[in-house]
Amino acid sequence: MTRSTSATGRRHGGNRWLLFLLRRTGRMLVAMWVIVTVAFLVLRMAGGDPVRSALGATADESVVQARREQLGLNDPLIVQYFDYLTGLFRGDLGVSIITGRSVTELVSHRLPATLELAGLAFLVVLLVAVPVGLGIAVITQGNRRRGAETAFTGVTAFIAAIPEYLLGVLLVIVFAITLHALPVAGRTGPASYLMPVIALSVSAAASVSRIARIEALNTLKDDYVRTARSKRLPAWMVYFRHALPNMLTATLTIGGTLLGAMIAGSVLVEQVFNWPGLGMAFVGAITTKDYGIVQGLALVYAAIILVVNLLIDLVLSLLDRRTSLLETS
Amino acid sequence: MTNRRSGPPKRRSGPPRQPMAIIAVCMLGVLVLLAVFAPVLWGEEAVAADPDAIALPPSGEHPLGTDKLGRDILLRTLVATRLSLVMAVAATLMGGCIGLALGALPAVLGTRAQRWFASVISTWLAFPVLLVAMLTVILLGPGTTTAVVALALTMTPSFARLAQTLSSRVGGSEYLAAARMLGVSRRRQFTRYVLPNIAEPVIVNVTTSIGGGLLALSSLSFLGVGVQPPDFDWGRLLSEGFGQVYNSPVAAIGPGVAVVFAGLAFSMLGESLAAQLRNREHGRALPPRRLGPAPVAERPARTPAETERAETEAAPLLDVDGLSVSFPGPDGWIRPVQDVSFRILPGEIVGVVGESGSGKSVTMMSIAQLAPAGAAVTARRLRFDGEDLTGRTPAEAGRVLGTRVGVVFQDSLTALNPALRVGTQLAEIPRVHGGAGRAKAHEMAVRALDDVRIPDAARRAQQFPHEFSGGMRQRALIAMSQIGSPSLIIADEPTTALDVTVQRRVLALLRRECAESGAAAIVVSHDVAVLAELCGRLLVMYAGRIVEDVDIALLATPERLAHPYTRALAASLPDLGTDRTKPLVTIPGEPPDLSRPVTGCAFAARCAFATDDCRTEVPVLTEHRHGGRVACRHPQDAMATDAAPGREEVGA
Ligand code: SF4
Repeated sequence: MTRSTSATGRRHGGNRWLLFLLRRTGRMLVAMWVIVTVAFLVLRMAGGDPVRSALGATADESVVQARREQLGLNDPLIVQYFDYLTGLFRGDLGVSIITGRSVTELVSHRLPATLELAGLAFLVVLLVAVPVGLGIAVITQGNRRRGAETAFTGVTAFIAAIPEYLLGVLLVIVFAITLHALPVAGRTGPASYLMPVIALSVSAAASVSRIARIEALNTLKDDYVRTARSKRLPAWMVYFRHALPNMLTATLTIGGTLLGAMIAGSVLVEQVFNWPGLGMAFVGAITTKDYGIVQGLALVYAAIILVVNLLIDLVLSLLDRRTSLLETS
Repeated sequence: MTNRRSGPPKRRSGPPRQPMAIIAVCMLGVLVLLAVFAPVLWGEEAVAADPDAIALPPSGEHPLGTDKLGRDILLRTLVATRLSLVMAVAATLMGGCIGLALGALPAVLGTRAQRWFASVISTWLAFPVLLVAMLTVILLGPGTTTAVVALALTMTPSFARLAQTLSSRVGGSEYLAAARMLGVSRRRQFTRYVLPNIAEPVIVNVTTSIGGGLLALSSLSFLGVGVQPPDFDWGRLLSEGFGQVYNSPVAAIGPGVAVVFAGLAFSMLGESLAAQLRNREHGRALPPRRLGPAPVAERPARTPAETERAETEAAPLLDVDGLSVSFPGPDGWIRPVQDVSFRILPGEIVGVVGESGSGKSVTMMSIAQLAPAGAAVTARRLRFDGEDLTGRTPAEAGRVLGTRVGVVFQDSLTALNPALRVGTQLAEIPRVHGGAGRAKAHEMAVRALDDVRIPDAARRAQQFPHEFSGGMRQRALIAMSQIGSPSLIIADEPTTALDVTVQRRVLALLRRECAESGAAAIVVSHDVAVLAELCGRLLVMYAGRIVEDVDIALLATPERLAHPYTRALAASLPDLGTDRTKPLVTIPGEPPDLSRPVTGCAFAARCAFATDDCRTEVPVLTEHRHGGRVACRHPQDAMATDAAPGREEVGA
């Protein structure tokens, strides 16, 4: 292969990649639009008067009317929809029905706490699950040590069956209430992160380590691992230098789903630990029927998940470009 | 020499013992009993408030204490089984029905609609269960029905995807095409083929979905957006218990245990069902206990005369005697290599030829201590350069070999690590074994690449394997096998993936490297023409055994070859002008299936000279008058070609 052919190869790959990027972004935008529209309709179509039901039967009729006016609920539907969309483009996520405060402001206060929680838990899961999966794969490859395999499957099945919020409750009982070792709730300092992050990551780590084991078993069967063994490299080099990087693509593939699960799980964990994130506000808004906040937050959650998935797709396709180049050259 | 076996191993019949499945079924039984009877037995007690027993800690009367209205938490947990289970089952059935129906839909639509549909489903799938559920709650208002509908909606896309894969797999199958052509009735097609193939994956999916649904529903109730009081499920009880966690921590634990117990029961059942499915499809290898010890070569050790000769002969570099390689299979050991014996002298280049599946690669990889994990390698004698390798683990034996054995692998694309630079992959060897520093090792790698005529080696060393052409990768692999200055090179089909001109160049390179370094080489190939160009001696393998060991020069005079198989190979050898890209002349018939024991000569089924003796006793590899060795009852070399089989008596 000469320089020029490799260059055309790269250009081909580039074009295809651009196309892929456009298609994916388009798909994301369509999904986002569907969600925006649904969120818009929820507030307008929900049975009865949402403002009345949020403010309560005893609220003064003039207050209700004023709030309806503020929300623009008295305009024709199409005008409301247009206003809502233009508002979104300006970064306006609407207002709370009950307090009339801006949802964008609420998000900017609470989003960091949620992202920290989910991001840390995501990291913990990857850092624990991938090495564990690889380790178990190494000792069980070639159908050896069936006992270890059974034990691993059993233990991970058990852990994965413990929902995040239940683990959170158990942690609180043991470490905060019984041992007084950690703060019960809130986001007050490094120690306060410990339990929420653990609660959120443990069951996910169990399921991801199972996937990682299967991926690792496949990787260990690959030819280049045998090549590495033929060089009589120390075991750690064979596994960490030669096998691990090649597992990452597969791990990333599940990364999207995983991050989504972390963000959803954070809603529960925030509830248990009184964590001042989006989830607390979300659940609170649902129970108080503040559809103004619900609508805004649902959008934010959806956007986070769509963007994360798009990013992971892009990274994956970038990695794949290496191999797809082979076909063109 | 006889080769008696006690008949084929008995096929183990009946379903495999699955402790997990049994436990899961028992757990489910408990749950179902509770769901049916608990509300009848304790339903009233569980909702009866008792102002005298508010938020009590555990006691004999209330093993898990009472809640803030004085109700017994244990009884409430047991009674809640029904609602928790019914909700999960209902949601799964609903999601399953809608999903399967949706998933089957695109089959009748056009391809465009299908693609569009697939992307809708994958976007839908990307949304975490809990968020979709909460959006539904917002639409319909919190409550039991809402929670069930919400969950059903989250399950829909995964069932739709399942239906899609299943319908494409089953619909496109050859069986159905054939059945349709033969006019098999639709009903019979459905009950005989479609249903069994669809039912099992669906059942597995339903089971795991119920388990997951159970956990998700309890999460919704825990958040207060699922079941509303006065109804209660486990999630509701948990959130109530968590509310009084300071007074009595146990209040939250009872329902928690129930949730985990139920979730586990379903996921274990789903998993053991899935495992059974997998086993049926692939057949899982037996565990070591049932396999018994790994088979060894039946032939006794060398005769005293042979041993004596072995001692006096020039010391071989590699001495292999009675090497067998076995893999665990679903019905016992599979034996791709049986009783292989040969020696390699220093500096000698030996070719190993055989069809794919003849065990040639497995043999050489086992000698290089690179057999796949799980392989059992046994040998009476395995010595390299005077050092005994038997009785060591592959890792230990590999350490003994160190860099003295260099391996050139078959497929250069997969044999090089796609994630590491080529130079790095070469430099590893001097770094680990020669104690060279980073810069020194890199310099050595560049020199090694330059040695195999890779232009602009310094730049190439910085590139990744995918940036190399096929021939260049193969040369990089040769450089890699050379960099540790080995005394034996094992090349496994080094030119198979290459076109003819590149193939020639790679062979020439290999020959030159051996000549320069004085290393011995074993070159494995299915192409006897490749070996004829390169080697001095030829080992012919068939069905896991060496059938002939002969000087390569004899290929030019096929009438002096002894084994019918070798003769057939030699007959297929092209002359100089023959088009090498055409497939070689093949011998009619198939090599035997080695997962079953073969009685007698494995070649008998394809051999024109086979007699009854051949079919009962394995011919042993023995010294032959052509100066090599042969394993055949009726060697053909001294015979007139028209001789009737079995009549010659001149054997060695
Ligand atoms: S003659 Fe008999 S022993 Fe020789 S190859 Fe044919 S079948 Fe085997």
